[in-house]
Amino acid sequence: MVQFTLPKNSKVEQGKTWPHAPKAGAEREFRIYRWNPDDGRNPRIDTYYVDTKDCGPMVLDALIWLKTNVDATLTFRRSCREGICGSCAMNIDGTNTLACTKSMSEVNGAVRIYPLPHMAVVKDLVPDLTNFYAQHASIEPWLQTKSPTPRTEWKQSHDDRQKLDGLYECILCACCSTSCPSYWWNSDRYLGPAALLQAQRWLVDSRDEATGERLDNLEDPFRLYRCHTIMNCAKACPKHLNPAEAIADIKRALVERQV
Amino acid sequence: MSAPKHIRTPLARVLGRGAARSGTEHFWHQRLTAVANIPLTIAAVIILITLLGRNQAAVAQILGSPAVTIIMLLFIFSITIHMRIGMAVIIEDYVHDESSKLTLLMANTFFTFAVGLAAVYGILKLSFGL
Repeated sequence: MVQFTLPKNSKVEQGKTWPHAPKAGAEREFRIYRWNPDDGRNPRIDTYYVDTKDCGPMVLDALIWLKTNVDATLTFRRSCREGICGSCAMNIDGTNTLACTKSMSEVNGAVRIYPLPHMAVVKDLVPDLTNFYAQHASIEPWLQTKSPTPRTEWKQSHDDRQKLDGLYECILCACCSTSCPSYWWNSDRYLGPAALLQAQRWLVDSRDEATGERLDNLEDPFRLYRCHTIMNCAKACPKHLNPAEAIADIKRALVERQV
Repeated sequence: MSAPKHIRTPLARVLGRGAARSGTEHFWHQRLTAVANIPLTIAAVIILITLLGRNQAAVAQILGSPAVTIIMLLFIFSITIHMRIGMAVIIEDYVHDESSKLTLLMANTFFTFAVGLAAVYGILKLSFGL
C-alpha cells in the first residue's frame, strides 16, 4: 500500500534555534528542514534569523547568507542563481519552486523550506534525483532520424519551430514531478510530468522520424496513464510551462492513432 | 550496511519490462462512458422521480415499457463499465503489492458483474414479466 505516514526514523523533530542576526535592522525568520545521513538522528526543523539588510531579496540569497554567516553545514544545491539551471528547486512556503526566483517578500511570516517532497534526501535540502534523471533519459531526448543526414541542417518551418515553444524551456528542476501525487505514489513506474513534457517536445518536433516508436514506448497504463490531470505540475512550474497540457496532447495523439 | 540484493542501473530500473503498449483503450472507454453517463443518468433520475409515490403495479408498468427498459439497461451498462474502470485505476494507484493488487482487481470485476447482472435481471423481469 501507499505509505500515508512517515516511518519512525523519518518523523520530523524540533531542531535548534540559531542566534539572532548581530545588527538586526530587519530580521527574517527561516525554518529549514535539516537531515544528516551520518549522525543517525531524525530530521529536524532548525530556526534561523537572516539580516535582510545585509543580503539580497531572494530566498536563495538568504540561504547563501546563512551558510556564510551562521551555519556552514547547511546543505543545498545552487548554481546560476537566475532561474536557468534548476539546481535550487525546493519546497518554499508549501510550494515547489526555485529559491533563486522566489522573493522573500512573497512569503508571509517565517519562511519554511523543505526539500522537494517525496524524494529520498541526500542531505538537508538536497534530494536524490537519480530516478528522475533516468526517466528523462528513458524517453531518449534527442533527434532521431532515418533519412540520410542532409549536407547542411535538418530544415524546419517557422510554424513547426513554434510548436516547441512552451516545451523546450524546461530546465528539469523537478518542481512539477515532485508536486504530483501520482508521481509520489508511483514514481517507480510513472514517468512524471517533467519527462512526459520532454517526450512531447520530441513528439512534436517536425524533424524527428521516431514519433511512432516514441508513442509505442509511452503507451502504458503506468508510464503515461497514471496522469489523472491533477494539474499540480502546471501550478508548480517556475518557468510557467504546462506539463499537464503536454501530457493531454500525448494522450490525444494515442487516441487519434487508434480510434 | 549490508550488501545490496540487486544491482541495476537507474535506466534499467526505469525501462523495466518495457511499455505495455496498452492503456489507450482503457482511457478511451473511460471518456466514452463518461459522456454516455451524462444523458443516461439524467434520464434515469427523471424516471426514478416519476416513480415516487406510485404503487407497485404502476411502477412495474412504467419500468416495463420498452423505451424505459432500454434507457435503464443502457444506464446500467454504461455506469457499471465506468465504475469498474474508475475503481481499477484507484486500485492501481494505491495498492502496490502485486498479489493484493491482482486479488482486488479480480474482486472489482466480480462485483461489477454481480451488481450489473442483478440490475439487468430486475429490469428484464419487470419488462417481460418472467
